[in-house]
Amino acid sequence: MPERRRKLATVLAIAAAVGGLGTHAHSASSAQDFGQIERGRYLTVIADCGACHTDPVQDRPFAGGRPIETPFGMVVAPNITPDRDTGIGGLSDAQFEAVVREGKMPDGKNVYPAMPYPYYTRMSRADVLAIRAYLNTVAPVHHEVVSDQLPFPFNIRASLALWNALYFTPGQFKPDPAQSPAWNRGAYLVEGPGHCGACHTPKSKLGGDDHERALRGYSLQGWFAPDLTQDAHRGLGRWSANDLVEYLKKGHNQFAAASGPMAEEVADSSSRMSDADLAAIAAYLKSQPGATPGRSPLPAADPVMAAGAAIYDDLCSACHRPDGTGVPYLIPNLAASASVASSEPTTLIRVVLEGADSVSTREEPTAPSMPAFGWQLSDVQVAAVTTYIRNSWDHAAPAVSAGAVREARKQLSAD
Amino acid sequence: MREVAVARKLPAKDAVIIGLGWTGSILANELTDAGLDVAAIERGPWRNTATNFAPNTAQDELRYRIRHELFLRPAQTTFTFRNKMDQTALPIRDWGAFMPPNGVGGGGVHWNAETWRFLPSDFVLRTHLTQRYGARFLPPDTTIQDWGVTYEELEPHYDRFEYLCGTSGTAGNLDGKIQAGGNPFEGPRSRPYPTPAQPQPFSPTLFAKAARELGYQPFPQPSGNLSQAYTNPLGVRMGPCTYCGYCEWFGCANYSKASPQTTILPVLVRKPNFLARDLCEVTRINTDASGHRATGVTFVDSSGEEWEQPAELVILSAYTIFNVQLLLLSGIGAPYEPAANRGVIGRNFTHQTISDVESFFDRSKFIFNPFIASGAIGMCIDEFNGDNFDHGPHGFVGGGYMGQVQTNGRPIETTPVPPGTPRWGAKWKTAVRDNYLSALKPGTGVHGSMYSYRDVYLDLDPTYRDRFARPLVRITMDFHANELKQNAFLTDRFAEIFRAMGAEQVVKQYRKAPYDITQYQTTHLCGGAVMGTDPKTSAVNRYLQSWDVPNLFVMGASGFPQNAGYNPTGTLAALAYWSAQAIRTRYLANPGPLVHA
Repeated sequence: MPERRRKLATVLAIAAAVGGLGTHAHSASSAQDFGQIERGRYLTVIADCGACHTDPVQDRPFAGGRPIETPFGMVVAPNITPDRDTGIGGLSDAQFEAVVREGKMPDGKNVYPAMPYPYYTRMSRADVLAIRAYLNTVAPVHHEVVSDQLPFPFNIRASLALWNALYFTPGQFKPDPAQSPAWNRGAYLVEGPGHCGACHTPKSKLGGDDHERALRGYSLQGWFAPDLTQDAHRGLGRWSANDLVEYLKKGHNQFAAASGPMAEEVADSSSRMSDADLAAIAAYLKSQPGATPGRSPLPAADPVMAAGAAIYDDLCSACHRPDGTGVPYLIPNLAASASVASSEPTTLIRVVLEGADSVSTREEPTAPSMPAFGWQLSDVQVAAVTTYIRNSWDHAAPAVSAGAVREARKQLSAD
Repeated sequence: MREVAVARKLPAKDAVIIGLGWTGSILANELTDAGLDVAAIERGPWRNTATNFAPNTAQDELRYRIRHELFLRPAQTTFTFRNKMDQTALPIRDWGAFMPPNGVGGGGVHWNAETWRFLPSDFVLRTHLTQRYGARFLPPDTTIQDWGVTYEELEPHYDRFEYLCGTSGTAGNLDGKIQAGGNPFEGPRSRPYPTPAQPQPFSPTLFAKAARELGYQPFPQPSGNLSQAYTNPLGVRMGPCTYCGYCEWFGCANYSKASPQTTILPVLVRKPNFLARDLCEVTRINTDASGHRATGVTFVDSSGEEWEQPAELVILSAYTIFNVQLLLLSGIGAPYEPAANRGVIGRNFTHQTISDVESFFDRSKFIFNPFIASGAIGMCIDEFNGDNFDHGPHGFVGGGYMGQVQTNGRPIETTPVPPGTPRWGAKWKTAVRDNYLSALKPGTGVHGSMYSYRDVYLDLDPTYRDRFARPLVRITMDFHANELKQNAFLTDRFAEIFRAMGAEQVVKQYRKAPYDITQYQTTHLCGGAVMGTDPKTSAVNRYLQSWDVPNLFVMGASGFPQNAGYNPTGTLAALAYWSAQAIRTRYLANPGPLVHA
């Protein structure tokens, strides 16, 4: 059919353009080295390079331009296609490795840690050069990106030397011989290319990881990246290793659905990982004990709880069921969700206010959505129902204030 | 400066689908599975559950039921209507007897999800009735005919649709073995329903008890509102129904009612070889100079711009009446001429023969809580459907199922008052309050067939035109004596059951002539582009392929030669799968007529 022929022609044209570029003078990789390129492609998926470097609006893979929200302002992801003028075509392998594993630009300046080099440093040189070899095969796009759009004083890159001194520990991942190969693979993926802690580990005021509380959850971009430890109430203690694998692979398991930034992560990265790697990640996460906080749920007789229960019965219980258990793989189980009793109610408030779309994957195409209730409920009502959910079905978490809801509304309408 | 308006040509597709409702979605999924590059063009808007039918907005009777939110607006296009051929038809400016769907999901969004199969004898109607009663027993002027496809051929395709939807029901006939609790009259099914029947509220339970005492064999209505969570063969998940009673006229907020949105579209929209264009109205199916090959369609977008979408294969899957309109406006097939009794497009147009019984019970003894409901809740009997009973003594043909299928207790419309109550004021309010919980009024209690007649048909109106200056479709329709007799007989039998339930007062609301275009019956318009074995009396062959233009297939109830005593969705979906199978296994390998007349 004509349309199909046209598509084939496009593919050929791209191949010709890549070929026409000739060898990458500064890169030692060979376009014939399938093994290295394929390994690099897979690492690019795990490292989720496209999440930042592909602008979803432009649909030009790795051509940059997507603004990345950081606590200090916007950073725009650069073009990492092999274009020589505006991409990475002019970098030597050593320069490329220095950017990825040390946060050092060819001109000696520091990279903003929105680029997760503190994680990527755990990859080996061979890993990083495999990524380079893969990126050499994608279509070069001429696209000038001005990355640096931070306000003063964060626009002074020299300040990043101090940041690195405080928070950056360079060095390749060192396996723990006491642990299984799967555990070690999982640790490498989580702490290295997968950079889970970039969102899920609490940060200092300067945005550095608080390693003492690794993976215990953090608020960013208007969402709370939940606690990934075995904390049974604020974390994933109720999830089996298989629940974790399913969630990462399909975006859905019997308890929860990926939405927001995690929906993107599932779609672009974890749903494309191998089953063995997902099992390794699960094995590692299952070994993270997490905190064991004292728990004192608000009494049901509390007037806020009573108001919240009434709202829940009226608006939530038809889908999420009176006991909060929902419908497996369709309606999240609030009794077993890490986003409900989390230390900060960011996600819960947000999802009640403006709803959320879950991710569609090959195995779980349904992609059900949570409708918005912000137009219908006042700040006080949202506070009541979220407080009720956070203190029911064995959960115990601080009450949500109307002020927090008001603040969340302000943030969401500013986005 | 504006250029002279010439339709811009889009890149060609393997197939173009006109209308993205149930049959359009089924065909899109089947054809993309076969590797075709498919574009679907839908007149109305895109819709999805959380955005358009959220649980905190969906249950709005005023917006959806009274003000027709989900339906086509008559200002966009409408029809003209008359009862008799010697009358002048006038345009319909507010929907009444039926509701033309609009938007992605089509009628599959607003339906009640009553998911029936037709009887084996329904598909060979003329042959069957002639053999049993003789040709002279048939009503004069009837144009009923056999479908050209049999129940046995359609069974696997009914099965596919029911498993797509997760239909909740109790089988009555498994491989020829009659099953207790199901419909003993149904054709043999190859396996049970995918999910068990919905549990029944009090009033259907009481109806079933009374029906059994009268010697009938009641069974739960097959329901596309699911009794439990379900994952269909495409991997799409559905949730259990919550009995909110906002099904018909509404989109389901809980992912519980089978619709294209809850069963197919999540998979379809992921496919790189599928493209949907919403808010685009197809104005013409284009043909080449021979007139026997479709070259694609012309459509107009919401900016008024005209586009041409060329395609190798055209699937016409709009609502019944719009299928017929596009065929007439595109000059495909001979328009039906009732006086000469020749031509096929517009012929054998039918609707349904619905009536009801309203009954009032002692409120100190009966509390029915009618708001606990789903669109396909209810206990039914099938003793008086099709040819399940001897019509000889009664002097009519046809029939229907009947049941206590009360789909809701919504506040605006559920105001049952006994005859003699003032129509407004304090006494009316008191009567509504007193009877709300203890009166029964099924939505479509008697769901009777309508057979086809020479003077009931569709053609192009000589006077009224749409915004593109195209003639509107003209409906000429009236009830015939056969249907009125059928309805009186069925309504009387129905009322007897309510008396046996203990009703103090039973009010029979017979269907009467003339056919009233302002009173809602159902949205089950059928025929006008019917299937059959003879190109002189059918527009499409037994695979729904146009006799005149073999690369055009016409889906939907427009293909029914006459309407049976059931809701049509199960059958039109089974026909869509049947047609898709023929396209996939035979047509694509060798495009051309699948049947040689």
